[in-house]
Amino acid sequence: MAAAEGSGVGGAAKPLFAGLSDVSISEDIPVEGEITVPVGSQSPDEDYSTLDEPVRDTIMRDLKAVGKKFVHVMYPKKSSALLRDWDLWGPLVLCVSLALMLQDGSADSKDDGGPQFAEVFVIIWFGAVVITLNSKLLGGTISFFQSLCVLGYCVLPLTVAMLVCRLVLLAGSGTVSFIVRLIVVIAMFGWSTLASTAFLADSQPPNRKALVVYPIFLFYFVISWMILTFTPQ
Amino acid sequence: MAASDELRFPEFEEAAELLAAAPGATTASASERPSHTALDVGPGYEEAEPGEDADNAELLGGQKQKQPRSFWTFEYYQAFFDVDTHQVLDRIKGSVTPLPGRNFVRHHLRNNPDLYGPFWICATLVFALAISGNLSHLPEKRASPSFHYSPQFHKVTIAATVVYCYAWLVPLALWGYLRWRQGSGARAGTYSFLETVCVYGYSLFTYIPAAVLWLIPAAWLQWLLLAVAALLSASVLALTFWPLVRALALLAAVVALHALLAVCCKLYFFQRPPSAGPAPSPLHATLGTEPHRSRAPQHFANLSQAASSRQ
Repeated sequence: MAAAEGSGVGGAAKPLFAGLSDVSISEDIPVEGEITVPVGSQSPDEDYSTLDEPVRDTIMRDLKAVGKKFVHVMYPKKSSALLRDWDLWGPLVLCVSLALMLQDGSADSKDDGGPQFAEVFVIIWFGAVVITLNSKLLGGTISFFQSLCVLGYCVLPLTVAMLVCRLVLLAGSGTVSFIVRLIVVIAMFGWSTLASTAFLADSQPPNRKALVVYPIFLFYFVISWMILTFTPQ
Repeated sequence: MAASDELRFPEFEEAAELLAAAPGATTASASERPSHTALDVGPGYEEAEPGEDADNAELLGGQKQKQPRSFWTFEYYQAFFDVDTHQVLDRIKGSVTPLPGRNFVRHHLRNNPDLYGPFWICATLVFALAISGNLSHLPEKRASPSFHYSPQFHKVTIAATVVYCYAWLVPLALWGYLRWRQGSGARAGTYSFLETVCVYGYSLFTYIPAAVLWLIPAAWLQWLLLAVAALLSASVLALTFWPLVRALALLAAVVALHALLAVCCKLYFFQRPPSAGPAPSPLHATLGTEPHRSRAPQHFANLSQAASSRQ
């Protein structure tokens, strides 16, 4: 705007912008004005304005996200919702509840019983990290935390199996209860493996799928073994 | 034009220099003279067919050498997982079939050692040992009414320590020894550390079905299985290292260590269960005297269980 004013003042007869390089603005002409950018009302952006909402909204939003992912695990369709918005709340809750339920197992001596809380925790998290690293090293395109999220959420069927086992063990611990527990654990193990494979298999190179699926199978097999061998005192 | 004619000569020399520097490059010359056109396509990276002789393996190995990456980057480790499913299966098959003409490293690895096989075979072996060892105690439940089943999860930790230490420290020692011998001018050519780890890892595969089959409670069958498995995997190791070091003492040490691992695992994880007592220490188990030692803890265990049930 100042340049146009200058050219208007300096050379009104010349064609437009002809002598622009010769223009100089004399000191006594005030060149001032206001430049304002029209700012509308700020759009309600999720990332920035959650500070003012009530705590209940915040918690409910996260709970709903976790609950939606649980539903995705129980009915595994090829949807990418689990992968897109990963979170580790669900796996943490599942891991802690599974480890707590595996406590109070039979232990005649201090180290003769079932897995300790720390052992379950380490197996689940360290196992998930190792499997994720394995799939990434083999050329998978999934991100680290997405894979951790899927593997953690797919522990849900096994946690349900643990709950069922504990309830069945309350009723009795004979052969019938063992057979019921065996069937439940096997079914949930199959469900977990299939669910996680459904989510993870697409991101692997096609001639290495079996190499990626086998460690997942081993992981859930070990967790199922821990659940099946749980014997109360 | 005279100018372009003068310009053509140095261009040709430059192209010839470039061709000499990179003989595998694909070049297409724009000149009219047909002798300049050199379309040389380098040999492709197709997988070597089984049965190819060592020369081809060496050639492909030289071409496969990529830029040495830094130790701290992810791509450095990705190079060790550059295997397909059928390659892993082929290597596993090679580890259970020791044929005298086939060196595992030269024939199956072909300058592409991987860490996938050793790592996951060791993991599977750890859990196979711990789980079958635990299951083998179950038939005793029918025998003695005071038997109380316990998952004995600490054995997983012990199995993991033993198997992973064996699969990594023994190859390290062997590789170090071979390098030292090579450094003193004994023999040309040695295996890289990764290839040694790879051979050891894949050779442990025979112990997995053995560990599962040890569930069958016949003692003669268990010892037979142990002998067969140890023989198979030790001969794979022996065939691999024999061309490198024609010293029987070293081979005997390798074979003996391998068999010792099998015997220790069998004795520790598949011992006669101490029924309700605390698990005997590993020292007792490896000395092979568990049938006698387990009586004493059993008395104490019965007492302690009676006391706890009275609470």
